[in-house]
Amino acid sequence: MTTPSATPRLTPLHDVHAALGASFTDFAGWQMPVRYGSETAEHRAVRTAAGLFDLTHMGEIELVGPGAGAALDHALVGRPSAIGVGRARYSMICAEDGGIIDDLVVYRLAEEHYLVVANASNVAVVAPELVARAEGYDVSVTDTSADWALIAVQGPASAEILAGLTELDVPSLKYYAIDAGTVAGIDVLLARTGYTGEDGFEVYCRPADAAAVWDALSKAGQAHGLVPAGLACRDTLRLEAGMPLYGHELDRETTPYEANLGRVVVLDKPEGFIGQAALAKRKEQGPQRTLVGLVSTGRRSPRAGYPVVDPATGAEVGVVTSGSPSPTLEKPIAMAYVPPALATPGTRLQVSLRGTLEDADVVELPFYKRTS
Amino acid sequence: MSNPTDLQYTAEHEWIAAGSDTARVGVTAYAADALGDVVYVDLPAVGTVVTAGEPCGELESTKSVSDLYAPVTGEVVEVNEAVDADPSLVNSDPFGKGWLFVVKVTATGELMDAAAYDALIAGA
Repeated sequence: MTTPSATPRLTPLHDVHAALGASFTDFAGWQMPVRYGSETAEHRAVRTAAGLFDLTHMGEIELVGPGAGAALDHALVGRPSAIGVGRARYSMICAEDGGIIDDLVVYRLAEEHYLVVANASNVAVVAPELVARAEGYDVSVTDTSADWALIAVQGPASAEILAGLTELDVPSLKYYAIDAGTVAGIDVLLARTGYTGEDGFEVYCRPADAAAVWDALSKAGQAHGLVPAGLACRDTLRLEAGMPLYGHELDRETTPYEANLGRVVVLDKPEGFIGQAALAKRKEQGPQRTLVGLVSTGRRSPRAGYPVVDPATGAEVGVVTSGSPSPTLEKPIAMAYVPPALATPGTRLQVSLRGTLEDADVVELPFYKRTS
Repeated sequence: MSNPTDLQYTAEHEWIAAGSDTARVGVTAYAADALGDVVYVDLPAVGTVVTAGEPCGELESTKSVSDLYAPVTGEVVEVNEAVDADPSLVNSDPFGKGWLFVVKVTATGELMDAAAYDALIAGA
């Protein structure tokens, strides 16, 4: 059983979730809805229509000032100074040794204003780290997590749902773009981002407005099959989409290269960045283990922490980082770290499921890719 | 949620329906709800002897795997093939079509009535 630490924080939508009959779970210090009814039904609704998520637990850090871009170039592995205003990038903050401290979405809200979104479990580390790394740059760094509620609408119907509620030109808002405007007359930041593998939007609003935004989206979505969706389906959706989750695929012992996310590292930034030397070395040497997708041939699912075995030798060669029955593929799927020599799609491996070896085949990630 | 008064319950959230010398076993609605969508049930085979209080199978949901504990001791004489084919019956009808197996009872473990079980889950 989990050890309850401090009293979990409640999002401004807590009463709304309770009224919808949500089951709650403690997640990164927050009490969050894990599902409202069947998590499989919520998963399918996001794949076929739309789901409404409360993501207020996510952390927001804002950087304001003429040195904001340069500070982020120094602090992160990417090059936020090159992000166009109104656009976003997926990035990471790494330690000097190249280990991943967190994975982030970086939005450029204005020339001198960035919004960095961190995982709930890491914001208490990332915010002071960004403050320290921005020292000497002309920028103010503030943890504004308490100023923001975050509501996501994800799924193929989400654009149509949003379009009826905002003056913003939804169809022309590009993937990984953000704009300030209103939803149901309420000031928001509307971003076309998400963590489900579907088209979708994330709506940043003031906590006091969260219930009104949720209500408006909920009502507008009804005719489109939108359902409230909890963290359980968020996890299976991101797993099918091959997206990493911090604490599973990503941690301090892992660099972006093991996670097949070397593309987010801009090694040749002239001013340098924290972790540069270690990451350059890791890239040159090549990773010792690499993240793969596994599809199990049996009915039981690999789970995080289960050993991966090479059937040729019987030796444990890796470990599962996330695993679940896939509602879309209707078979168990997993991500795992294995030696590069065993990472070729089609390789037959085994997963030790509580003592029983079950065959699993290496496949290309993602498991699921939307068609349009 | 209401727990049928004609069943007996364990602290591990199994129910049993006692017959003359057999007992039908399942998990409660509370357990099914806590598990989430059940996607796989691993039941003891017919002929297996299960021991009250000991794990005898597994219930796997989208999010987790949970041990199934035998509420009584005895030989398994029947398993629910329907729930093997369609594990979601555990969620949709835990006290009915979602039953799991039948044991020829030689001894029982600690069981409680519906009122005691209601109180247990109310305090959970």
